[in-house]
Amino acid sequence: MNLPLLIGVMVVKILVVFVVFLTTIAYVVLMERKVLGFIQFRYGPNRVGPWGLLQPLADALKLIFKEDFTPPGANRFLFVLAPVIVGLTAFLPLAVIPFADKILPDTLTIYGQKLDLTVASLNRGVIADVNIGLLYIFAVASMAVYGAVIGGWSSNNKYSLLGALRLSAQMISYELALGLSVIGVLMIAGTLSLVKIVEAQQHMWFIVYQPLGFILFLTAAFAECARTPFDLIECENELVAGYQTEYSSMKWGLLMMGEYGHVVIASALTTTLFLGGWQGPFLPPVVWFLLKTFILIFFFIWVRGTFPRFRFDQLMYFGWKVLLPLSLVNILLTGIIMLYMPR
Amino acid sequence: MEIPISYYLILSSALFAIGTVGVLIRRNAIIIFMSIEMMLNAVNLSLVAFSDLHRSIDGQMLVFFVMVVAAAEVAVGLALIYVIFRNKGNVYVDELNIMKW
Amino acid sequence: MQIIFFLLAATALISGIMVVIQVNPVRSALFLVLNFFALAAIYLLANAQFIAAIQIIVYAGAIMVLFLFVIMLLNLRQPEEGGAHRHLGQKIFGSSLATAVIALVIYKVFRMIVPPGKPLTPDFGSTEMVAKSLFTDYLLPFEMTSILLLVAVVGAVILARSKVE
Repeated sequence: MNLPLLIGVMVVKILVVFVVFLTTIAYVVLMERKVLGFIQFRYGPNRVGPWGLLQPLADALKLIFKEDFTPPGANRFLFVLAPVIVGLTAFLPLAVIPFADKILPDTLTIYGQKLDLTVASLNRGVIADVNIGLLYIFAVASMAVYGAVIGGWSSNNKYSLLGALRLSAQMISYELALGLSVIGVLMIAGTLSLVKIVEAQQHMWFIVYQPLGFILFLTAAFAECARTPFDLIECENELVAGYQTEYSSMKWGLLMMGEYGHVVIASALTTTLFLGGWQGPFLPPVVWFLLKTFILIFFFIWVRGTFPRFRFDQLMYFGWKVLLPLSLVNILLTGIIMLYMPR
Repeated sequence: MEIPISYYLILSSALFAIGTVGVLIRRNAIIIFMSIEMMLNAVNLSLVAFSDLHRSIDGQMLVFFVMVVAAAEVAVGLALIYVIFRNKGNVYVDELNIMKW
Repeated sequence: MQIIFFLLAATALISGIMVVIQVNPVRSALFLVLNFFALAAIYLLANAQFIAAIQIIVYAGAIMVLFLFVIMLLNLRQPEEGGAHRHLGQKIFGSSLATAVIALVIYKVFRMIVPPGKPLTPDFGSTEMVAKSLFTDYLLPFEMTSILLLVAVVGAVILARSKVE
């Protein structure tokens, strides 16, 4: 038992996961522009580096050197706090999502010290295996709305405020459907720990048992990430850019990272809950996990390229009168089937 | 290392007292309402602490029901405040004297 | 453990005081969110993981968003006219009452006989244990809360709807 070294291993693991996540976000932005270009019969970014591969770097440089403007009348502290909250809520769920089975051996020798890596699941492909994993993700996700509300309110701009009000109404409404649509998975797996949920899908992915739940979850996740067709908070022709209107420079960069971070997290979570997580034949687990996640990210972009936007009353109608009853029906059906068809 | 139950109780009572002061001295109905939420939370804290002391889940069940009641209360209460605002143009409790003779 | 508890308790107390003394309702609400977070962390220290999680989801994630929503809807940005507080007498009365409550609890706490602690089972406070209790011993109250919530929803909708002729 060597505590400082164990903590060191933990920190290195977190840093590696975090850096990979940040790089993924940067390249998801590029991927979206490329795929959207493909859908709209144009090239997308192709000037910076080969196939535009250095575009994220150029974007980051541009954002850093832009003027960091705080509008007069804005509440300075809250104005800075909002992007931080948006960024944090996008990064925090990463801690409980399992991305591989085992990434390190059980014991490791560093500087002649023998380390037992089974402590705090250091050898597993997850940062923290907590027994309330899914609840933790929902708790963090329910915090995301604060970023938008605080940002919209502190900007001292009516478009920002309207965008924030819309977003908070939208997120509260769709959180219910999001939460209820995974209950079927919880009933089958019998646990809230994401590691155990993935292990329960060893023989069959949950999408087979929960096709309706999968569709509902993905739809609600689109709305939670405020992506097309539910991106009413930033519909340009009505609200300029919603709560982000007054933000510039790296504060806006952080909001953008938060937005794409939510997309990546939503895809990774859908993979974990319904598509068997890292499970799969032949290829290593991490590759399977990334492959499934990127297919879902591609689906997010594909939908953005092809679907028109909802009207706000349609959005509310859809959330409360279609998604919510359907997710309740899904729970009922799952219960009946589990009761009368013992596996 | 366990935290003594007395620490929890003192913190709980202090939060409850702060909530009481908020209810008694503020004019804004929304802040009074928030102070009531804080008092409910103070009670929840002592329930959780006793639940931990006796290793019995009953205290946590009570907290669960308090949360449900709080959610229902907030839904109705905020609707009431909204109606008051629509009728009177403000939400200051000392100006709500239409029931006075 | 105790240092963490003291830090969290200090956060909870300071944010609680800020809720009461801030003039701007939005700031009060945000400090209350901070207060709820500190309490959720204290619940984790007291082996109540499930309660801690739903404390964040229900209180911080739903109830306080509703508060902020209403505050913004009513646009209560400007400080209250005629002062944030009521009469001086109320202030004195309120503060002395609060002091009395704290003093009484402290007086009782130090005369309390604490029973010896029982060993901790690994699943204490977990979702499974709470759920088992909820759907066996507390089934009737649990079902009744659904009626309570329904009544609250209907009441809120009827109160807040715009006038329909």
